[in-house]
Amino acid sequence: MTQLDLIRNFSIVAHIDHGKSTLADRLIQLTGTVADRDMKAQMLDSMDIERERGITIKANTVRLEYPAKDGNTYILNLIDTPGHVDFAYEVSRSMRAVEGSLLVVDASQGVEAQTLANVYQALDAGHEIVPVLNKIDLPAAEPDRIRQQIEDVIGLDASDAVLISAKSGLGIPDVLEAIVKRLPAPKGDRNAPLKAMLVDSWYDAYLGVVVMIRVMDGVMRKGDRVRMMQTNAVYGIDRLSVLKPQMVDIDELGPGEIGVLTASIKQVRDTRVGDTITHERKGCEVALPGFKPAQPVVFCGLFPVDANEFEPLRDAIEKLALNDASFTYEMETSAALGFGFRCGFLGLLHLEVVRDRLEREYDIDLITTAPSVVYHIYMKDGTMQELHNPADMPDLTYVDHIEEPRIKATIMVPDEYLGDILKLCQDRRGIQADLSYAGQRAMVVYDLPLNEVVFDFYDRLKSVTKGYASFDYNITGYREDFLVKMSVLVNDEPVDALSMMVHRDRADMRGRAMVEKLKELIPRHMFKIPIQAAIGGRVIARETLSAMRKDVTAKCYGGDATRKKKLLEKQKAGKKKMRQFGKVEIPQQAFINALKMDG
Amino acid sequence: MDDWRNGGFGLYLHWPFCQSKCPYCDFNSHVAASIDQGRWQRAYLAEIDRIGAETQGRVLNSVFFGGGTPSLMEPELVAAILERVRATWPAANDCEITLEANPGSVEAGRFAGYRDAGVNRISMGIQALNDADLHRLGRLHSVAEARAAFDVARGLFDRISFDLIYARQDQGLDDWRHELREALAMAADHLSLYQLTIEDGTAFGDRFARGRLRGLPAEELSADMYAVTQEICEAAGLPAYEVSNHARPGSESRHNLIYWRAGDYAGIGPGAHGRLTLGGVKLATEAPKAPGDWLQRVERGGHGEVPRVALDARDRAFEYLMMALRLREGLDLTRYQAMGGQLNSSKINELVEIGMIARDDSRLWATAQGRMVLNAVITELAGD
Repeated sequence: MTQLDLIRNFSIVAHIDHGKSTLADRLIQLTGTVADRDMKAQMLDSMDIERERGITIKANTVRLEYPAKDGNTYILNLIDTPGHVDFAYEVSRSMRAVEGSLLVVDASQGVEAQTLANVYQALDAGHEIVPVLNKIDLPAAEPDRIRQQIEDVIGLDASDAVLISAKSGLGIPDVLEAIVKRLPAPKGDRNAPLKAMLVDSWYDAYLGVVVMIRVMDGVMRKGDRVRMMQTNAVYGIDRLSVLKPQMVDIDELGPGEIGVLTASIKQVRDTRVGDTITHERKGCEVALPGFKPAQPVVFCGLFPVDANEFEPLRDAIEKLALNDASFTYEMETSAALGFGFRCGFLGLLHLEVVRDRLEREYDIDLITTAPSVVYHIYMKDGTMQELHNPADMPDLTYVDHIEEPRIKATIMVPDEYLGDILKLCQDRRGIQADLSYAGQRAMVVYDLPLNEVVFDFYDRLKSVTKGYASFDYNITGYREDFLVKMSVLVNDEPVDALSMMVHRDRADMRGRAMVEKLKELIPRHMFKIPIQAAIGGRVIARETLSAMRKDVTAKCYGGDATRKKKLLEKQKAGKKKMRQFGKVEIPQQAFINALKMDG
Repeated sequence: MDDWRNGGFGLYLHWPFCQSKCPYCDFNSHVAASIDQGRWQRAYLAEIDRIGAETQGRVLNSVFFGGGTPSLMEPELVAAILERVRATWPAANDCEITLEANPGSVEAGRFAGYRDAGVNRISMGIQALNDADLHRLGRLHSVAEARAAFDVARGLFDRISFDLIYARQDQGLDDWRHELREALAMAADHLSLYQLTIEDGTAFGDRFARGRLRGLPAEELSADMYAVTQEICEAAGLPAYEVSNHARPGSESRHNLIYWRAGDYAGIGPGAHGRLTLGGVKLATEAPKAPGDWLQRVERGGHGEVPRVALDARDRAFEYLMMALRLREGLDLTRYQAMGGQLNSSKINELVEIGMIARDDSRLWATAQGRMVLNAVITELAGD
C-alpha cells in the first residue's frame, strides 16, 4: 500500500503517429522498469494488429517507480488508452481511472481532430493536463506555433509545455518531473467500503480473464470475495497484481492504485467495462457513475469463402467473442453466401480488427458483406423494427417511414484542402454545423448520416487531403429520410450480399458506381454477364461484362505437361477463392471493393 | 493404334545447343563454344540402351530430335543414334522420324545426311516471312535463306513442317493474313502456328516486366488473329488438328499426337521429360537441364534422370484431359474413365449449352470456340 500523495495516475493523449507509444517506451526505460535488453518497441501494445497499425485497441497499464528530485520515490501508473473513436466509451472509462494526462502533440503537425476528442474526454474527467511537444528535434518543428495552436484550439495554456524528442530521449526526465509536480495525487478513503472501477478486461491463455481495476475507496485484498455491481456476479480474487508491465503479485491494492486481478472468471463477456467492483459483504451502496453497456453501431455479414469452413468460423467467432464483449454475432443465412454470421461492431476499425484477427489468428478466408448501420423501420401498425441487414428489409407496403442514425463529425484540415472536404461532406448528404479556423487549419463540424460514413468516408478523406485531415465523430440520434433498398443482380440472379440501403437521391449514382466496379472486379467468363442495380423491380443501372475471347496456351508438348498442369491447378485453386452465384464466380474481394466509390 | 496402351510409344531426344538464344524462347537451350559430339554420342547410346532394356519389345511409332537446334548435330551422330534405336525397338511400318532444323544455309547442307541416316520428316523453325520481324525475334536467318533451305528440304523429304510465330509486336491482322497465305503457298503438309507468348525467364519476359516490350496485340486482336488463322488454313486444306497445329489430313505429327493422346514416350537428353508405364504404373521422368550435369550423370552415375515420380489416377486423368482437349478429336471417354477420370455432367451440360464443348457417346471435344478459351474450359471441367 502506497501513500496517496506518492501516487500519480495519468494517461497519454495523442494522435496516431504523434509518438504516444514511443514516449511510453521511454518512460518505461528511463525508470528502469524494464531492463534495456528486454525492451521492444511499443511495449504496451501487445496484439500484432496493434503493433502493425500503430494503434491501441485494449487499454493497458504499467506501474513505474520514479525517484524524484524531491527525494521521494513515486508510483506512477500509466494507463495506455485506446486511441480510436470506435472505442470512445472505453477511453472515457480509462480517463476516469486517472487524474491527469500528458497531451502529446507533434511539434510540426499540431493538434488533430482525434487529439481534440480525447482531450475533451480528459477535461470531462477533470484531468490536469500537461502539454508535451514531441519531435522537437525535427527541422520542421515549430514549437511556438503549436503552443499557440493548443491555446487557440483547446484553450489550454501551453506556455510551460515540455519539449521532448521521444525517439532520442531528449526531455524525458522533464516529463517525469512534470508528472510528479504538476499532476494531482489521487484522492480516496482507505476506510470506506471498497469501490473499484473495472477499467478493461482481456483473455489470457494461461490466466483466463484478467481484469484491470482502479481502486477508488477501500482496500482490495487477495482472497476477497467481490461483487460486480452490474452483473451481480460474485467472485473470489485468486490473484492480485500490478503490471511492470509483467505481472508482479501484490497482497492488496489501496485507494488510488491501479492493478489487475484474476478470479476464475470464465469469459470476458462476464465483465463490463465501467462496472463497479465492491466487496460481497459490506459493499458500497452506490456504483460509480457513467456505466454504459456496449452498443454495436455497424453490422456486416461474415461468411467463409469455403462453405465447408462454417464450423471453424463458428468456433473462431465464439472464441473471439469471449475476449471482446463489445462484438455481437448471430447466425445468418444468405441465399448467395450460405451460412455465416451477422456481426455487430463499435465502428469500422473495430470491424476490421475483428475480421483481421479471424483471418490471421484462425486462418479462415472470409467474405465481408456491405457494412450497414442500424435503421429504425417504423411500420404502419405503429411498431418499430431495427434493421441490421438490408436483406431483412420488410415489404414496403407495411412500412410507414425509415429513420437512420446521424453523427456529428469533426474534421480538422489544412485550409488548402477545405474545399475538397466540404465537397466530400456535401456529397455525403452532410449539413454544415460549424466552420472555424485555428491558424492555417480549419475545423469543420458536419451533421452527417452514419451510413454515408460507415464505409469509405475515412479513406476518401485521407486521399483527398493527402492524409492531412483528421476525423472524429459521435452519434447524435435518428432522423427520417427517403431511404430505399438497392439490390444487385449478376447474370439476372440477385446477390443478396450486395444489397444495401441508400438514400433515394443517391441511388442512381451509387447503383452506377456499383455496377461499374463489379464489371472490373468480376473476371470475364466464357459467356457475357449482365450486371444490374435495381430498386424494387426497376433497374437503375446496367453494365455488361463481355465474354472472355481467348485464353489458351499456344504450345504444349511432352516437356510442358507437368508445368502446364501446375499452372492450371493454380488457376483451379484460384477459383476456390471465389463464390459461385448461379453460373458466375465472384471473387471474395469483390464484395467489399464493389462498395468503394471514387467520389 | 499400336500401343502403349492406345496412345502410342515414342522416343524424344533433346539436343540442348543453339548458335544463339532467341529472346522469346524458354526451352532448354544453351550456347556453347565447342561441343564434343563423340562424347554426346556415347551418352545418348548409353541412355537408349538403358531405356530399351526397360521397354523391351514395344513397337516404336516415332522418334523426334528436338532442341535446342538439332540441325547442329553432325549427320554421323544422328545416324549412330538411329542405328542404335533400330537395334533396340521394333519400329512400326510408318515410324515417323522427325528432326527440328533451323532454315540456315549451313544447316541445309546437312539435310541430305540426315535423310541418309533415316530421318523422314523435317520441322523447320522459319518463324516469320519478313526480315524485320525475324531480326526482332532474334533469328539468325533471312527469309531468302529460309526459302532456300525449305527448297532443299522439299527435294529430300516427303514430309515437311514449319513453324511461324504470329501476334508479333506491331503485326496487324492484314499483315498476318498476307503472311499466312504466303506460307500456305509454300505447300508444306504441316504448319505449327504459334501466337507469341511472353514467358518468364526470357529476354522478352524481362522486357515485358519492365514495360519495354511494346506493340503486342490486345486480347481482341489476338483472338481475331487466331480466328483468321483457323479460317484461312481450313480453306487451304490444312485444318487445325490441335490448338496451334495444322495439317493435311494424314500428315499430322504422329510424335506430337503421342503427347496429346497421353501415350508413352521416353525422353533422353538434358531437360527431357518422359512418360513411361512400367509395371502398371505411369511414371513421369525428367532429366537434369544443364548439359554438363546430364553428361556427367550418364557417364558416372549410369543414368541421366532425376528421381521418377509415379502419377496417381487423378494426375493421369487430369493430364489426359488437359492434353486431349487440345486436339480436335478430343477425349476418348472410355479411356478417360478407365484412368479414373471423372466428369461432372451438369458442368458438361453448361459448357455444351454455351457452345464450348460437344460430345457423343464415346468422345468429348472442345469446339473451335472452346479451343480459344481452352484453359477456362479445362479448369471448369476439372472442377474439384
